[in-house]
Amino acid sequence: MGAQPLMRIENLVKHFHVRLGAFGERAATVHALDDVNFDILEGETLSLVGESGCGKSTTGFTLLNLHRATEGKVIYQGKNIVELDEKAMRPYRRQLQIVFQDPYSTLNPRMTIGEAVGEPILFHKLATKAELKDRIATLLADVGLPPRFASRYPHELSGGQRQRVAIARALACQPKFIVCDEAISALDVSVQAQIINLLLDLQQKYGLTYLFIAHDLAVVRHISDRVGVMYLGRLAELATREELFEHPLHPYTKALLSAVPEADPAHERSRQRQILQGDVPSPLSPPSGCRFHTRCPIAMEICGKVVPEWREARAGHMVACHAVTEGLPG
Amino acid sequence: MMMASNIRPEPPAKTGERLLDVKGLTIEIETRTGPATIVDGIDLHVDKGETLGIVGESGCGKSLTMLSMMRLLPNKIKVTKGEANFAGRDLQKMSNSDLRKVRGGDVGFIFQDPMTSLNPVMRIGQQLAEPLIYHRGMSKAEARKRAGELLKLVGIPGAEDRLDAYPHELSGGMRQRVMIAIGLACNPQLLIADEPTTALDVTIQAQIVDLVKDLRDKLGMSVVWITHDLALIAGLVDRINVLYAGTVVEDAPVDALFANPSHPYTQGLLASIPKLSDERSTRLSSIGGTPPEPGRRPKGCPFAPRCPLAEAICHERVPSLEGLGQDGAHRVACFVAQRKLEAA
Ligand SMILES: Nc1ncnc2c1ncn2[C@@H]1O[C@H](COP(=O)(O)OP(=O)(O)OP(=O)(O)O)[C@@H](O)[C@H]1O
Ligand SMILES: Nc1ncnc2c1ncn2[C@@H]1O[C@H](COP(=O)(O)OP(=O)(O)OP(=O)(O)O)[C@@H](O)[C@H]1O
Ligand code: SF4
Ligand code: SF4
Ligand SMILES: [Mg+2]
Ligand SMILES: [Mg+2]
Repeated sequence: MGAQPLMRIENLVKHFHVRLGAFGERAATVHALDDVNFDILEGETLSLVGESGCGKSTTGFTLLNLHRATEGKVIYQGKNIVELDEKAMRPYRRQLQIVFQDPYSTLNPRMTIGEAVGEPILFHKLATKAELKDRIATLLADVGLPPRFASRYPHELSGGQRQRVAIARALACQPKFIVCDEAISALDVSVQAQIINLLLDLQQKYGLTYLFIAHDLAVVRHISDRVGVMYLGRLAELATREELFEHPLHPYTKALLSAVPEADPAHERSRQRQILQGDVPSPLSPPSGCRFHTRCPIAMEICGKVVPEWREARAGHMVACHAVTEGLPG
Repeated sequence: MMMASNIRPEPPAKTGERLLDVKGLTIEIETRTGPATIVDGIDLHVDKGETLGIVGESGCGKSLTMLSMMRLLPNKIKVTKGEANFAGRDLQKMSNSDLRKVRGGDVGFIFQDPMTSLNPVMRIGQQLAEPLIYHRGMSKAEARKRAGELLKLVGIPGAEDRLDAYPHELSGGMRQRVMIAIGLACNPQLLIADEPTTALDVTIQAQIVDLVKDLRDKLGMSVVWITHDLALIAGLVDRINVLYAGTVVEDAPVDALFANPSHPYTQGLLASIPKLSDERSTRLSSIGGTPPEPGRRPKGCPFAPRCPLAEAICHERVPSLEGLGQDGAHRVACFVAQRKLEAA
């Protein structure tokens, strides 16, 4: 698409230090993110998929400097934003929004919905006091909630209604970039469709960029320009939507694609799903070499020893796997 | 090393014996202008060994219906009519101490919002062990061992180490699986799962579905599975109830529902599912308008203001749930659908 990178992520690492044992007597490190490299292009929707716990939310948090990166850079508007303190970060906060995976824990229980959506508007002076009420009503209507919800509190909403409030709050800031972390996963398909249509419309109108974290591959396929696949804290593959779904190269991506359920009971009962065998390794002690080698159906000897290089196998198609020979010299 | 799974075992023995029987349950909320109806005389039932799927628009009352059965409704919201019988006893009338024995023991519950139902300052191992000690009389050591096994069953890597984690140290999907493990901990007779897999990727979703199937087939567990993901439960459930504005608008065996969705709302839902084969950026079909708010229900059919097929009668009278076809197992609350079938 020839777009400019909006954000460039270089060698990003995030480790958490935790204490284990009934009395917290053992120290350990969670390798949530290791050596992650990719660009996010202006105006695109880049989706991140991968098993639960593979580091998708951590990527979103660390990109926006909501978690301190352990190592690495995130270049945005020429600045490495992950080394900024909260004060220096402030000019970027409005532009870079996130819709959290767990809306309940992020909405202030003592603030009405109207206050929650209106707060960033006033804080960033995006509307006058007189315009505020209309603005809030418009945002709520956009996500399919009636204006009267403005006077309710978060606990008075259903799960899906809360999720939509979180989306309205992010949109209220008129951001450039939004991390949508499972932002529509609690919505029924009809409301989901409405929100997806809204996100695509806003993107067309304002050139918004999305990092879309989701597990529903049909939705991902529907809205993404490019898709990144993560496995246990590392990127396994990243390519355009067509490439990834039509020409997956990484064995993990292939297994993931084979598991998509379909709305057809007879088919679902009789299907031969390829379920990956073996336990998901613990991020407390990730496997050496290729992190997928303990479950990979085609693992070779080298896989347990050497970390596969993150390289371009086909045009714009990045992958990290020893078994992929495409694009290698010779 | 790939494994083909999911060859359906013998269907569980369905005895036709009612395990859960909800009749005319009405839930109202106190508002400044008086009580408003959220759930309107709902009827639901689940037989022993049966798996019921519940779908419906966000805000239509799915969670409150389930919470009300266990008498866990928030302030200002009350059951004003109806009963909910579990194994022949009305949960609404049971003493508090009897109810506590059922809750989390014979009836396992998976709540929609892990962050609000997990205790943020308690290690998850302890939260898993508690029901085992209380309901099943295990010792602390036994319960901890079982807690580790349960975490493993739901696919949490490094399960033994993770017992000592606090909820915020887990990923969203791991927290959700802790909820699932708690719901299954005591081998319940009835499992009520409220959107239990919204944060899980397809492989783990499939694993959880297989786990629940397995328990159902081994223990004869009954399941109520609330979801918006029709594809996910297509191969799991026996029957589906479609809820709209606090009433059941369609009740059908799973195959019949997919083959012949009869209520216009159900048809709209199925049409909104994105397909893997869709082109990017094609607009998804969605049902226009919004569902009625509590206290502002239209006079006739609750779906009438949004229904493409609405006729004059729909704005006047409320359609009741009537059986279609010969055995009447496929029921729908829609004048037009009922008439079409009579004509056919
Ligand atoms: N404490 C409360 N006070 C006022 N209204 C409430 C309260 N809790 C829920 N409601 C309203 O009751 C209706 C039903 O809520 P419920 O949580 O049962 O919906 P749901 O079907 O589970 O939706 P979702 O799919 O979004 O979780 C919603 O419109 C909601 O706004
Ligand atoms: N605050 C924290 N302290 C310790 N460990 C953490 C913390 N936050 C995340 N982790 C760990 O980091 C790993 C990655 O978590 P993350 O939330 O990024 O996963 P995810 O890909 O978003 O998963 P999901 O799909 O389940 O939401 C997990 O093992 C998780 O337990
Ligand atoms: S590097 Fe080896 S183990 Fe890793 S995905 Fe490729 S073949 Fe499998
Ligand atoms: S009864 Fe009328 S309004 Fe209601 S769903 Fe049927 S056709 Fe539509
Ligand atoms: Mg996450
Ligand atoms: Mg709910």
